[in-house]
Amino acid sequence: MYVAAKGGEKAIRNAHRLLAKRRRGNPNLPDITLAQIAQQLTLAVDRVMAEGSLFDPELAALAVKQARGDLIEAIFLIRAFRTTLPRFGASRPVDTAAMLVRRRVSATFKDLPGGQLLGPTFDYTHRLLGASAGVEGQYDEVDDATDHVAVLAGAAGAGPMPRVTDLLGADGLIEPSPADAGEEPFDITRTPVTYPVDRATRLQTLARGDEGYLLALGYSTQRGFGRTHPFVGEIRFGDVEVSFFAEELGFEVSLGTLQLTECQMVTQFTGTAQAPPQFTRGYGLVFGQCERKAMSMALVERSLRWAELGEEKGAPAQDEEFVLAHSDNVQATGFVEHLKLPHYVDFQAELDLVRRMRAERAAEAGPEAFEEAAE
Amino acid sequence: MQPSPFDAAPVAAARPALMAVLARAEPGELHAALAALAPVPPVRDLRAPEVGLVMVRGRIGGDGAAFNLGEATVSRAAVRLDGGAAGFAYRLGRSVAAARSAAILDALWQDAGRREAVEAALVPVRTRLAAEAAAVRAETAATRVDFFTLVRGED
Repeated sequence: MYVAAKGGEKAIRNAHRLLAKRRRGNPNLPDITLAQIAQQLTLAVDRVMAEGSLFDPELAALAVKQARGDLIEAIFLIRAFRTTLPRFGASRPVDTAAMLVRRRVSATFKDLPGGQLLGPTFDYTHRLLGASAGVEGQYDEVDDATDHVAVLAGAAGAGPMPRVTDLLGADGLIEPSPADAGEEPFDITRTPVTYPVDRATRLQTLARGDEGYLLALGYSTQRGFGRTHPFVGEIRFGDVEVSFFAEELGFEVSLGTLQLTECQMVTQFTGTAQAPPQFTRGYGLVFGQCERKAMSMALVERSLRWAELGEEKGAPAQDEEFVLAHSDNVQATGFVEHLKLPHYVDFQAELDLVRRMRAERAAEAGPEAFEEAAE
Repeated sequence: MQPSPFDAAPVAAARPALMAVLARAEPGELHAALAALAPVPPVRDLRAPEVGLVMVRGRIGGDGAAFNLGEATVSRAAVRLDGGAAGFAYRLGRSVAAARSAAILDALWQDAGRREAVEAALVPVRTRLAAEAAAVRAETAATRVDFFTLVRGED
């Protein structure tokens, strides 16, 4: 138990002043701007938005700067900030088929309508440190770009790009998504969670879950702890419109666009008495360009559906309460890191207890056994 | 809402499109559009401009039942022009000044006599947005890859 301690005000003030100094680094170097962080450390900003569960690139950039690049600290700052704002309502569910696609690949179909669009990816880079990280010369590595732009500008085209799962779904080879009954989805930020939970609750929890944690759990399913034979049906990243029904206007207003990564993981399913053999799905949807997270989320989401699909349970990634209750890095870091705060009173009590037990044992064993015990 | 002096149907359809542009405009673009439309009648706030949150929803599997994905910051404003219409704005982000300018532009647009001028002032915004989207499509199309599978021998 943590008991409040008093004192140390001056030391704390000085520590915070020192923190500010270290955060600034060498004053002869230019101070990094929020625009630079938002523009050049985009994926750090995206991760903070995803796990902070708040889309606002400028705020996330500020959090990254204030946290000295500690992303979990930055996520904590974002979560704390969001509690200061009122909620206007909920958006219409976004339509990812209507996304302005910046990247879209499928590992299951090479010739899919709309094509495979690599976009800004680390895939197929050589991972040679310094070889492409420096800006100079890198632009020249993009060959025949002008030709392609002219020829293909029309090809990517406007309008919706069908999701791969829609193509499989047309042949009945993949399970359909759960129908929209128009119900209000459960909101973990408003109502305490009790297990078991529905798919919407799992997805909301996973969408803000820690990337590293979900990556490890997803990895565990591939290594045999609840294997699901996954394929990436599709990953897409780009801009989607968000709209909101404004009561005072009586119609839906567009709030603008935000960036999302979506992953449709497709897994084989041998069928049950009720369902024929078909592919099943795991779904991942994350703010920003967070592909590793979206893939991990989809793997874990599929894994958690074992009961619904009549599969055997036995792997850690299938344990709903274990997976979901430990996925939030703000909660986790709060509980782990509180251990370093003063626990003097608490520890004093334990110390007394250990001394008493040692004294009792020494009394039972005879006076020579623990000579020092009662000291 | 003010009764409209002309056919309401096309206006009702055009206003969400206008508000979508106002939501995507940069704050500077909105303030510039408003300056171009001067003089503007005195404006009264129906509700103080404010920042809040909207819970963004997705669909399970992309097309199924809704779930809560996460929140986004939104700024909103509601104004009334002196002797004119009420204007509203909802925009992603935290610029309340931009939301207020957008709400004023929405109110001005509802005055049939000023609609054309408002649309004209927003032409640069529409042009920029179209150019940016076209650039994204072209850049992305340049990364289109045609994978081909190699048939392995029967060895």
